[in-house]
Amino acid sequence: MKLPADPERSQRYGELSARLRASDADVAAVELRRISREVRRSIVRMIDRARMGHIGGDLSVTDILVTCFWGALSLDPQRPTWRERDRFILSKGHCAAALYSTLAHCGFFRQEELETFMAPMSALNGHPNKLKVPGVETNTGALGHGLPVATGCAIAARLTGATWRTVVVLGDGEMQEGSNWEAAMTASHHGLSSLTAVIDRNRLQQGARTEDTKRLEPFADKWRSFGWEVRDVDGHDHAALLRALGPSSAGQPVAVIANTIKGKGVSFMEDRVEWHHKVPTHDQVDQALAELVG
Amino acid sequence: MTVVEQVTFDCRQAFADELRLMARADERIVAVCNDSVGSSNLVGFREEFPQRLVNVGIAEQDLVGVAAGLANAGKIPFVCAAAPFLTGRALEQIKADVAYSDVHVVLCGQSPGMAYGELGPTHHSIEDLSWMRAVANLDVIVPADPDQTRAAVRWAAASGRPSYLRIPRFKVPAVTPPDAPFAPGTAVRLIDGDDVTVIAIGSLTSRALDAADRLRAEGIAVRVLNMPFVDPIDVRAVLAAARETRGIVTAEEATTTGGLGAAVAAIAATAHPTPMRILGVPRVFAPTGDTAFLLEHFGLTADGIAAAVRDLLGTSDTGGGHG
Repeated sequence: MKLPADPERSQRYGELSARLRASDADVAAVELRRISREVRRSIVRMIDRARMGHIGGDLSVTDILVTCFWGALSLDPQRPTWRERDRFILSKGHCAAALYSTLAHCGFFRQEELETFMAPMSALNGHPNKLKVPGVETNTGALGHGLPVATGCAIAARLTGATWRTVVVLGDGEMQEGSNWEAAMTASHHGLSSLTAVIDRNRLQQGARTEDTKRLEPFADKWRSFGWEVRDVDGHDHAALLRALGPSSAGQPVAVIANTIKGKGVSFMEDRVEWHHKVPTHDQVDQALAELVG
Repeated sequence: MTVVEQVTFDCRQAFADELRLMARADERIVAVCNDSVGSSNLVGFREEFPQRLVNVGIAEQDLVGVAAGLANAGKIPFVCAAAPFLTGRALEQIKADVAYSDVHVVLCGQSPGMAYGELGPTHHSIEDLSWMRAVANLDVIVPADPDQTRAAVRWAAASGRPSYLRIPRFKVPAVTPPDAPFAPGTAVRLIDGDDVTVIAIGSLTSRALDAADRLRAEGIAVRVLNMPFVDPIDVRAVLAAARETRGIVTAEEATTTGGLGAAVAAIAATAHPTPMRILGVPRVFAPTGDTAFLLEHFGLTADGIAAAVRDLLGTSDTGGGHG
């Protein structure tokens, strides 16, 4: 059974996102920054309560999620399986806290539900489950699954002449999975211009830097050589992300390399490998929340 | 009553014909393949529906992920690939993207079992039934002949559920009667008998019938059940066999680690223990040889099945304890 929507919040989301999508990117960014702060604070509280989670990646991907949901995607939390919706897939499913916090802020379900994150029998599993959580399109968690599924969505859209788009968010470490490169070839072979892949390029994976584990650079060149249009941006600059999430200009799928900082917004977590899934003490939680005001 | 010259069929043709018929009636049906247009008999489908054949190249993880995405957007993808690569290479996609995500994808394992005989263990798909049975929310269907293959395609297209169809390539005779049922949890009773039950699937079904013919001449009445749905299996038919006959022999062109035999044994062992013989491929990699040779090598023949029945009756007679 899926969680029910929060009607009031989804109505507010619908109005706000419509306004932001019609605004100039720099104007919209002011509001998006405010939402990002709220989402980050929710994430920290969820992980504090659950005493588990992947806080570093949650904080690096937050601005990407907020920009997608409020500034780029056409969604209706009260009709999560509406046929003509845009498809959004979080391939780095371990950052479920960031996704759940975003979905709850949109009104896909009530915010109180966030308090159950990873508790026994909660709908909010450590990795997202579409059968329980509205707004989730496919069950991720194992890495390297989102891009192939997103590619299938984009092929289906083209077969039916639909105008909706597909956005998939990947981790950078996840790009070491071969399945992603299989799909990257398929998407460019088919010229899937309605497909956008955003890579959360925080340069850290579970145990070390990506470049010390298995080198990704020259990362943009890899995507280009696979036939993708590449947009290299600051992944914490909402206005830059908004522009990068615009339509394909070359009839090809678009890879947005969002350069981010793992643990963004909390000074003692930023760019530190141990915060991949370390759990903050209660004092550290207080400090994190204090830093995430302003 | 043993047929000397049997007409036999490669079920891929029946599969391809039925898929085209279904595709004419339902525009949501698409075929997804991994450079397997020829080996999956999709040439006709491609000619008739060029836009609806998605070929992802030699990339099985992408193959299944793309199919899940197509299903998300309302298509009914039939994923057509050689069974060993589909189930082995893409097992995690089958689990996460299809079964756990509960999307209507029909996974069509072509040339399963030891159909690729001499090509060797890389190309044999004998583990697939164990692997697929271990995945929750996935129907596992093993047609025995062309009619059952057509029925499987029709059923899978309409089911709205994730399913795995194991399409035989090794030529088999027609075995199912025209009025045979085809439904989840429903065995097909091919021959009545009360001495021993043989439950067979796929290519072993006709061999079970031949074995029953031979044993009848010896005064042994074999009940022959065909079990097109290995999952969900017909629990009642298994329990009836355990209660009403003196033991059960299962026969499948797959490893005995977790396929039909294991499914039947788990039901019998927990609800009505009965002597059993489980015929299949043991947990070994097969030697070089064509399919007929390998089936013979592993005792997966009418003679092998008949011997297992005799052995079971002997054990049953001397072992006692079963009424």
